[in-house]
Parts: sequence; C-alpha cells; structure tokens
Amino acid sequence: MSTSGRTRAEAGAKAGRGRGLRFSREWTVTGALLLLLGFMAFTAPGFFEPQPLLSRLTAAAPRLVVTCGLVLVMLCRQIDISVGSLFAICSVAAGLLIAASVPFPLAVAAAVGLGALGGAVNGTLVAGLRLPSIVVTLATMVTGREALRLARQGVFVNLPDGVQWFGLSMVSGQLVVCGVALAVLTGLALALRFLSAGRWVYAAGSDAEAARLAGLHPRLTTLATFVLLGALTGVAAILNLVQSPQVDPASGRLLELEAIAAAVVGGVAVSGGRGSLWGVFAGFLLLTCISPALTHLGVKPYWDKAIQGGIILLAVVADGLGRRKGNR
Amino acid sequence: MKTLLQLTAVSKSFGAVRALRNVSLDLRPGEVHALLGENGAGKSTLIRIITGAHAPDSGRLEIQGLPVRHFSPATAHSLGIACVYQQPALFPDLTVAENIALRLESVSAWRRVRWKSRRDLATSLLRRLGSDLSPDAEVRTLSMPAQQLVEIACALGAGARIVIMDEPTASLTRPEQERLQGIVRDLRADGVGVIYITHRLEEVFALADRVTVLRDGESVGTRRVHPLPRQRGVPDNFASVVGDPPVQDEAELIRLMVGREVSQLFPSADGTPGRVVLSLRGVSCAECGVRDVSLDVRAGEVVGLAGLMGAGRTELAGVLFGLSPADSGQILLDETPVTIRSPQEAVALGIAYVPEDRRRHGVILEMAMAHNMTLAIHRRLFPGTWLRLGAECDLALEFMRELAIKATGPDAPAGSLSGGNQQKVALARWLATRPRLLILDEPTQGVDVGAKSEIHRLIRRLADQGMAVLMISSDLPEILGMSDRIGVLRGGALQAMLPRNSEARTVMSAALGMSGAGEVAA
Repeated sequence: MSTSGRTRAEAGAKAGRGRGLRFSREWTVTGALLLLLGFMAFTAPGFFEPQPLLSRLTAAAPRLVVTCGLVLVMLCRQIDISVGSLFAICSVAAGLLIAASVPFPLAVAAAVGLGALGGAVNGTLVAGLRLPSIVVTLATMVTGREALRLARQGVFVNLPDGVQWFGLSMVSGQLVVCGVALAVLTGLALALRFLSAGRWVYAAGSDAEAARLAGLHPRLTTLATFVLLGALTGVAAILNLVQSPQVDPASGRLLELEAIAAAVVGGVAVSGGRGSLWGVFAGFLLLTCISPALTHLGVKPYWDKAIQGGIILLAVVADGLGRRKGNR
Repeated sequence: MKTLLQLTAVSKSFGAVRALRNVSLDLRPGEVHALLGENGAGKSTLIRIITGAHAPDSGRLEIQGLPVRHFSPATAHSLGIACVYQQPALFPDLTVAENIALRLESVSAWRRVRWKSRRDLATSLLRRLGSDLSPDAEVRTLSMPAQQLVEIACALGAGARIVIMDEPTASLTRPEQERLQGIVRDLRADGVGVIYITHRLEEVFALADRVTVLRDGESVGTRRVHPLPRQRGVPDNFASVVGDPPVQDEAELIRLMVGREVSQLFPSADGTPGRVVLSLRGVSCAECGVRDVSLDVRAGEVVGLAGLMGAGRTELAGVLFGLSPADSGQILLDETPVTIRSPQEAVALGIAYVPEDRRRHGVILEMAMAHNMTLAIHRRLFPGTWLRLGAECDLALEFMRELAIKATGPDAPAGSLSGGNQQKVALARWLATRPRLLILDEPTQGVDVGAKSEIHRLIRRLADQGMAVLMISSDLPEILGMSDRIGVLRGGALQAMLPRNSEARTVMSAALGMSGAGEVAA
C-alpha cells in the first residue's frame, strides 16, 4: 500500500498536476487530526471522557452521512447545496408520519424515498438537461426551504414517546446512530474502490466525454449520485430525528456548507474526479473536534468558526500551491 | 548584426530532472530554424526559456547581440519575441480584432477604445497574411488554422523579429499547411528569424534553412538543410558563415532524434485480407453531414481514411461508434445488419474507437493507467460483484510489456505519461475489448517519431492478427505507408477508393475534388 502510494506520488510529481498532494492529503489531514487529539490528550484529558464525546459524535453523525453522499456528487464534478433544505423536509415529513402513528419503519422508508425523489429532481435537471448544478440546487434549496416554511409556519413537530433513541436507552441509541453513519461511510468507501460503479463515478467526474467514448454512461452515473445523496439525506434526517423529542422545521441550516467543508478539507477536488472517503472522514472529524476542543481549552467559542474557516482556507491554498508547483 | 538570438550552454533542471543540458542555439535574421526532437527532448523547455517563462539555471542568452538578464515574458515581448503555440492561446469569446488589440495596444484601464482603428489594424494585418477573416468574428467560431492566423497576425503586428512556432501544422490539412508555410516564407523574406518546431520531417526539408535536433535535453547536432541562402535583402552570405554540416537525408535526422537506426518507416503488410468485417451501404447522417458512404473493411486490412479537415472523416467514425447514428443506409458487421445508436451498443458489437484529440478524450488523465485500460471491459474482467484489483494490475502490466508503455507502474495516472504512451494506453483499452473493428482517429497526432513507428508496427500487427482497422489520418505519409486501401472523403461523401501504393498526388487531388483522381469503389 505504501509502496503504491509512493509510486503514485512520484508519478504525480512528474504529471505536473499536483498529484503528489492528492495522495498525501489524506495523510496530512489524518496527521492534523492525530496532532489535535494528541495535544488534547496532554492538555485536557477530559476531552476523551466517553459520554460527552459519544454525544458529540452522535450529534455530528447525520452530517457525516450527508457528507458521504455529497462527496459522490462532488466526485462527479457536481455540487448540491439543497441538501440542508431536503434534510429539513425529510425530517418534518417523517416526524408528521410518526406523529400520525404510522409505524416507524414506514416513516423511515418515506423519509428515504422522499429524499431520493428530491435528489432525482436535482439529478434529472443537472444530468438530463445539462444545467449547472450550482444553479439548479440553489433553486431547489430556496424553493424547498420556503415551501416548508409556508406549510409549517415554523411549528415544531412533537414526536410521541418511544421514538427518541429508537426506544432504546440513550447510550444504545447513540451507538446505533453512530453505527449507521459508520456503516454508510464504510460501505460507500468500499463501493468506490471495489465496484465498477465507483470507477464510473471517478470517470464521469474526471472527463465525462472520455467516459462516454469508453462506452460508459456518465450522465446516468451523475443522476444516480444525486439520487443516492437524496436518499442518504433522508437517512440523515432519521438519524437526527431520533435524537430529540421534537422536529425543528428549520433544521439542516448550513448543513450543505458544513458537508462541503469536510469534503474539501478531506481532499475532494471541486473540479471532480479526485478524492477519497478516508480523507473526508479525517476532515470531518477534524472539523467536528475543533469546537469541543476549544471548549476544553477554555477558548471563547467565537473562535470556533474562525478556526474552521482557517482550516478550509488552508486546504484550498495548499491545493492551489500544489497545482502551481505541479505546473512547472 | 549577425544573430538575432544566441543561446550558449543553457541548462535547466526541474528538481532532479535535467530538462536541458548545455544547449546552444543561434538564430539569424531571415532564417527558418527547425527544432526537432521526440516528446520530452526539451523543446518546450527551450521555448519557455526563449519566451522568458523560465529562467535558465546556467548559460547565456543574448538577443540581438545584447546579453539579457532578469528575463520575463514581458521583456521578451518588448524585445520582439513572439510565440505561436500549437493550441492557439486566444480568448474564445472575444472577436478577432479584440484579441489582436489585447496583445498590441498599450495597457491602461482608462484608455478609450477606438473601435474603428482596432478593426482597421486587424484587417490590415490579416490582409498582409492573405486572409479575408472578418475582424468581428468571434474567435470561438473560427477553425484551428484561422485561429493560428490570428496568432501570427499578433506576432506580425508586434513587429516581432523572432517568431517561435510550436508545431503549427499539427492539426492542419495539407493545403492549410502549405498556406502556413507560405506565410513562414514571407516572414523569412522580411528578415524575421523563425524557430519552427515540428514532428514532420518533410516540413523540415520544405521549409527550414537549418535544423537543430534535441535528444534527452541535449543538442545532438545542427545541420544545414539548404545549400545556399535564397533570401534577398539579407546581407550575410550564409555559405561563408555557416559552419554547420549539411543534412544528408530524413534517415539521418531520425537517427539523431532517436539515437538509433530506424530500419524502415512503415511496417510492411503480409498476409491477405480475409472476410468482410464491416460493410457500409449508402450510409448517411444528415445531422453530421455524412452522405451516402459505401465501404468495406476486411479482417486483416488497414483501410486509411484521407481527406481535408471537415471532410467528414471523424463524423463517419462517429456514425460507426453510435455518437451520431446513421439515418439511412445499412451497416453490416460480419454480414449481419446492425443499428448502432450509442457508444455502448457499438462497444457491445465489438467496435472500438480511439478518438482524435487524445489529450482530452482518449484517456482519462486523472485516472490510473490500469483503471483506464480496463474501463471498457469491467463486465468480462470482473465477473463477480467486486473488482479484482490484482487481476486488473496483471492485465495492465501485460499491456505495458506488450505495447512497450513507459510508465512508473500501473498506478501512474494517465496524465503523467508522454503523448505517445497515452495513445498506447488508449489503444490498450480497446485492444482489451478484443474488437472486431478498430477505428483509429489520428493515431499518431502529436506523437514523437520513435513512438510513432512503434504505434505503426502495432497497428500492422493487429491487422495481421485478423482485426479490421479503419484509420483516419491527416498525415499523408502515414496514410500512404500504412493503408492497404485508401478511402478519400470529401464533403461527407466517399470521393475515391484507392489501392495500396497510390501516390500522394492522387490522394490529394481526390481530397481536393479534382477529376481523374481514381475510381469510387462499389
């Protein structure tokens, strides 16, 4: 593994496209994460107390699921900024169904199906009509959010007892939530590496025309990633829903930005075709740990977003510098 | 003033890679100095040093007798150095006049634009080049040769004394090449020094006064091409000044370039063609302009497709590969009528297509070489659900050996390979599908001489193994040397079907639509 990584890096240096960086990005992010954790272990061991840590990870788990889906879309050289809206819609819909005493599994299916439908709308417009995804999903983001506001007028949905934590104890519920998120991550990472479909995603994002000339279906692939992202957004909505007794119709705000940030920090190229879920996971953990770490260090929480922004900036600048060095 | 440009012992390294080693070169007024070398020989680096894009690590650079230090592209521009790149570096959304003005007018954000004088300047420059391009045409609507003309007009307008042309004829058809060569001769007559990079040896003999060959970053020799200077108005008597030995023949240049003897340029065909694999009967496609083409390709046969740019050759390939399906006529594969509506269907029928413009669509540059090679055969190579990366790696290694692909390993991204090796990867992908019919579109465009003859041998070997090959090429010697039969397209229709050993003149006159050019085959 390390040998192949090195030859790739060497080839990348010759390729002049900053590939060395591409394959080391996973390492640098992982390194930064380990550095942070190591630092916390020495200065504030309280950070590692299991219960608050598990709670934080559980709270972040839905975001990880959405990020994984979004990475697929980004690998296809597309973007989806409507995931926050879709997340809220799926949450409210599932909440209403549960409140109307529809069985929980059916509500889950409904949320996932609704998400997939939303993704299909985006995907059809983007892949079918070849519209720019940033514009399409901006439109669906605003439409979705406003339609939800109109329909719900900001009223929370109260969930019946026994829904929170799937009716289990809190710790078990938290473990289930984190487990589902990790399963999604692992499954997609394996699929990207070991399934033909994974190759299609990279091919479509690197060079759609070349993929078509190779007999692949890059547009179908793109559509499929949007649908998958939608479905995963539905999953994320459920993972979020079980964490509180109410559903906030304004939930999922800025979710798209947080997901994009984790992807970019983890080494996914906005220009498509480059990145891996391993790096994204490290990037996600890094961004997620900053805030509690600051709390433990006694730093004012205002710094949280600034530091996160700094990390994103650093990632983008490192990419840019790598590319410039490679262009020689 | 004897020399326009003098490079003395210039070296340049990038990290551990020595791109140039002690290269010396001089350029005189009124001279066309050809620069030859395989891809990676250091031509581009040399050009970048002359245009100020890179600073040399050591060595001297003198322009019109004056040493230059702190050289930048802006200085190069002001010293009268202009470069016409292979891919014109123009702004596609601006008009011809605006593009020319951007290069020539002084830069100031608040200067009022004088549209009329801008347009007049463009018109006069283009007219000097014998072109009637409209200055108001948007550059994106122009053909490649027209865009090159605009580039040359910029160089003219800047009063450039040193013009560098990087493979200007690579994507031009024969008449377009000849027009461009005429322009180069005019520049030379005006006393401009031209550094001319090309892969086509016949161009060197047609155009150059001297030729310098680069190999592995070193200059392996400068040769005089023409015995006597024919320029008027140039005071120097070349014959007395030039100490360079005269060039003997093409073989000598090839030897210098590759550092070994190339026994013959094209492999000879052996074996007789077998059954008819592909048969077109009156195939037309209104959308892409292919008209009533009837053509057979047999197993074991290379059929060359010649024609001018826009004659419908690539379009015909598109019809066969399902990119723009035929709307009338019949396509038969092994005597079975087929309809091909998409590339996927074409692949399923055993048709392979290595597209033109390899840099963009032949291989996926960011993908590992091995992944590129297996892209079209996942179903066969991986019968189960999961990819078998080991099997994939083995297959890639096998192709690397078989096609002599130079790469660090199967994991190397395709973009890290040289042009010729990228083309081999594109070929490997389709060979892996074991096609019945292989369609090659400009298989050696922009590929260096060594790799070129390797690819030629490979094509011939595939044909000998029983594959039917349809080869589109604008390289006339390639068409003549490789094809068993030559189809000439013109205006989307098959103009002539010529036998092996046809003369270049015959092919050209058919492509130009002159009469008596040969018979159309049934």
